[in-house]
Amino acid sequence: MFDDFFIRALIAGIGIALVTGPLGCFIIWRRLSFFGDTLSHSALLGVTIAFFFELNIAFSVFLISSAIALILLKLQKTTKLPGDALLGLLAHSSLAVGLVVIGFLTTIRFDIMGLLFGDILAVNEIDLLIIWIGGALILLILKYIWKPLFASTVNHELAEAEGMNPDKVNAIFTVLLAAIIAISIKIVGLLLITGMLIMPAAMARNISNNPTQMVKLSIIGGLLSVIIGLFSSLEINTPSGPSIITAALVLFCLTLIKIKNYSELKK
Amino acid sequence: MNKINSETLIKVDNVGLFKNDKWLVKGVSLEVKRGEIVTLIGPNGSGKTTTAKIALGIHKNIEGKVLTFTDKVGYVPQKISVDWTLPIRVVDFMLLTQNLSDEEIINALKLTGVEHLKNNNLSNLSGGEFQRVLIARAIAKNPDLLVLDEPVQGVDFKGEISLYELIKEISDKVNCGILLISHDLHVVMSSTDYVVCLNGHVCCSGTPQSVANNNKYQELFGDRASTILSVYEHKHDHTHSADGTIKRKQ
Repeated sequence: MFDDFFIRALIAGIGIALVTGPLGCFIIWRRLSFFGDTLSHSALLGVTIAFFFELNIAFSVFLISSAIALILLKLQKTTKLPGDALLGLLAHSSLAVGLVVIGFLTTIRFDIMGLLFGDILAVNEIDLLIIWIGGALILLILKYIWKPLFASTVNHELAEAEGMNPDKVNAIFTVLLAAIIAISIKIVGLLLITGMLIMPAAMARNISNNPTQMVKLSIIGGLLSVIIGLFSSLEINTPSGPSIITAALVLFCLTLIKIKNYSELKK
Repeated sequence: MNKINSETLIKVDNVGLFKNDKWLVKGVSLEVKRGEIVTLIGPNGSGKTTTAKIALGIHKNIEGKVLTFTDKVGYVPQKISVDWTLPIRVVDFMLLTQNLSDEEIINALKLTGVEHLKNNNLSNLSGGEFQRVLIARAIAKNPDLLVLDEPVQGVDFKGEISLYELIKEISDKVNCGILLISHDLHVVMSSTDYVVCLNGHVCCSGTPQSVANNNKYQELFGDRASTILSVYEHKHDHTHSADGTIKRKQ
């Protein structure tokens, strides 16, 4: 069954959507979407390093993205530059260094389009293992830190005062983000990973009234986007990442209509 | 009973916080014991909230020492804003840092008079309602130490009195220690045990009576502030006749 490239892509996509659902909610709640972008830009550096030293792509991207994330946390404490400037600084310097390194790799054939936008043909059995084992680990850790992470999302000082260790769980959460970016890069592509994180969660926000419900709907939205997106990618021969994100956009627009009806009912 | 009452819950020893090239507070010491209400008063910018946050361990990099003898802490911060992007009901908020049964949630919300708001969204509450929910959340698990930073801001006048009565009642019933920040000198002087008057440093401290009579306190708050205590003291120098007229003792 795993011989079929499309089945493999579908299983990979489903695994990713299960993880991006809850993580995406936290990204929206904590206003971290630009942070997600920074991490995925730094992923390019991770990919080139993987080619350079012949490492596994997911592994190398995870290392580089976590390093960038932890450098950011450190910089935020030591400099007075605002957060968005620091993010831009790290995003573009790691992107630039990544592109420079690509320049040295002229002898290696390099599918830059697949890297940027995802390629369902590229998913092999090892990738499936990485996605499902990695994804299960991410979800387990997230479940474990859920309460303190959620408390510090609502109010950092309250969480600190009542002994929830917000600094520690924030750092763990950052590493989880780096991990999801690393395992989803092949199928979604590094330009659109933040979209995969944000769009199902944004859609879910439109139609939910409590955090648990939003997480569940975000997972469902992500699954639908992956399934619809991959089927249309197969049918009309479009790159997988943009197809998934476009499907998510359509779902988002549908929930907007629902909101409108709902607020009219209330009047 | 006395033995329990004298148990120290938190001890702040000569702390200071230096931030952005100035001392926000310096040389502040205080202690909260079980069953005791300690109040911080002082003008705007005198470091009341900063001192409370130091006591709670929110500010790191401080000078001096904070010794905490309990981890059951309830905190009502001065300001909380919950963004629209985060859908959260009152009941979710009650469970933020603690595990509560449905019954415990209802009971706590009943105490502050907002049990009907249990399933409302936090962002739809008025300022006063939100404040009542904040207090309910902080007291729901019977904490050892309650830190209340202007807990009744935005609450209507009638509610304000009953919430202060509730706070007093909680300190008696649960036998916890309370660190209170309040602008309401009437309440401070009438129902708290120990007052610390701040102005970047401890300007004076002691029982309400001794603080009210302190010159430094009178300089800081003006002459009218010192008459507040007399409002309560003069209770003892007159009696009421049946029709309500005042009979002064001569």
